Amino acid sequence: MGEMLVGIYVFVLATLAGREVITKVPPTLHTPLMSGANAISGISIVGALVVSAQVDSGLAQWLGGLAIALAMVNVVGGFMVTDRMLEMFKKR
Amino acid sequence: MNFSMAVEISYLVASVLFVVGLKRLQSPATARGGNQLAALAMLIAIVATLLDNQIIDWTAILIGMFTGTFIGFWAAKKVQMTQMPELVGIFNGFGGAASALVAGAELLRLQSLNIDSTQGEGLSIVISCLIGTVTFSGSFVAFGKLKGIVSGNPITFPLQKTLNAILFIGLLFLGGSIMGMYTFADLPTLTTFFIFTIAALSLGILLVLPIGGADMPVVISLLNSYSGLAASAAGFVIGSNVLIISGALVGASGLILTLIMCKAMNRSLSNVAFGAFGGESTGSPQGNDDSDKIARSVDPEGAAMILAYAQSVVIVPGYGLAVAQAQHELRKVVDNLEERGVDVKYAIHPVAGRMPGHMNVLLAEADVPYDKLFDLDEINDDFSRTDVVLVVGANDVVNPEAHNPQSVIAGMPILDVDKAKSVIIMKRSLSTGFAGIDNPLFYMDHTSMLFGDAKDSMNDLVREVREA
Repeated sequence: MGEMLVGIYVFVLATLAGREVITKVPPTLHTPLMSGANAISGISIVGALVVSAQVDSGLAQWLGGLAIALAMVNVVGGFMVTDRMLEMFKKR
Repeated sequence: MNFSMAVEISYLVASVLFVVGLKRLQSPATARGGNQLAALAMLIAIVATLLDNQIIDWTAILIGMFTGTFIGFWAAKKVQMTQMPELVGIFNGFGGAASALVAGAELLRLQSLNIDSTQGEGLSIVISCLIGTVTFSGSFVAFGKLKGIVSGNPITFPLQKTLNAILFIGLLFLGGSIMGMYTFADLPTLTTFFIFTIAALSLGILLVLPIGGADMPVVISLLNSYSGLAASAAGFVIGSNVLIISGALVGASGLILTLIMCKAMNRSLSNVAFGAFGGESTGSPQGNDDSDKIARSVDPEGAAMILAYAQSVVIVPGYGLAVAQAQHELRKVVDNLEERGVDVKYAIHPVAGRMPGHMNVLLAEADVPYDKLFDLDEINDDFSRTDVVLVVGANDVVNPEAHNPQSVIAGMPILDVDKAKSVIIMKRSLSTGFAGIDNPLFYMDHTSMLFGDAKDSMNDLVREVREA
């Protein structure tokens, strides 16, 4: 339970940090914020890689591979489309 | 410093860069760099993970990474800015599914090694699978509603809430069994896990079906938050702080956007989730006193005269503008007005598009500089000093009925365009908006209606303003 408790500490503090940072994002950037956050949630790629690395056969391997593919779509697609949008935001 | 220490430090660096990257999104000037910083953080995390693990078999990993990269690259290049809500919706679903699959694969791994998971691990697996799966199926229903494959009207049936409650209790019960607190009907853990996943998929579908098309901005934001929470939960499954931190950041971001959207629509979250409100509108309902109200219509030439001889103009774009794809024509009108020395600003209501900030992106795509876009709080006091307001394809967000305590939209934050000296409303008809109520603004003495398709009218306006 000790490890889990540390995890909960980390989770709560990160949530508070996120709230402080994100509240100040102006409405004009809310769509890029959301697609960028989406890309960040692709961090589950790390989880997928860790699990996949430890198995060498069977269903677990292919579930891991599918998780990697889906998370990678999020990462690559999310960051790229956010960049595409932010490139368009120009001052007069 | 040994190698695994270096890997841990890489994860710490990645976590910090995610926060710094998000912080740079606080200004359009630094936002692009911030996003690139976050992408760098992701690269660091992925490389560290690949180096840290003794990978037994690269096949599935490489296939997964290449396929995902290819699809992501293709989707990001091809998507049109009007389709951003659909794209973000489907990406939310993928993120949720990835986290649920991590939980499933980990459970399979532990089972194949005959390791009994601790209750803490079991709980993480159950929560990660639940949130991830609900996000996945819910996102696909939301995507279907945005695309028009699934009806935008709230889909309800008798005993819906009862069914949801039964499903939820069933999920708790099955979850307890997966955690090993008790055995359920002597089923093996994996079978229970399979039933659990099916139940979670159904719950996601049932939760989003009754929500109307107009409420999709709230749903997309909420599912965005869930996809982050699912990643956090996956972090608990594999004991990784970088997942917990990044997931929490996304969870916070999605929740903040959800609450902003709810506030802009004057609804509580539970009202959106369970209200079954906000279908597509179907023409104008017959009011009792329609006969004695006269809306004054104006032709493009007249509208151009009013605009061209004004000193200050505020444009209020609504979703109708995006549907008609008339952003570029609008910008041409504005260019012409500015050449004549007219001061032009844009007033953007939070729910002007189909997701938070959507209208701003659409206008940015049409080369409208971001420092001309103003949100509700910034511009509402300016309307009384504005000569002309041009409303394009918006309705409820400029309805003064919101100030009438008896109205169904009472208290909804609106743009007070009726305070301007004159108002031009570009709209197809006098039909109502999503709220389904009449708009007294259309019948005011200083309001002129320019009827027609936004794109056609805009093209006429471009020409007429040039000649005015």
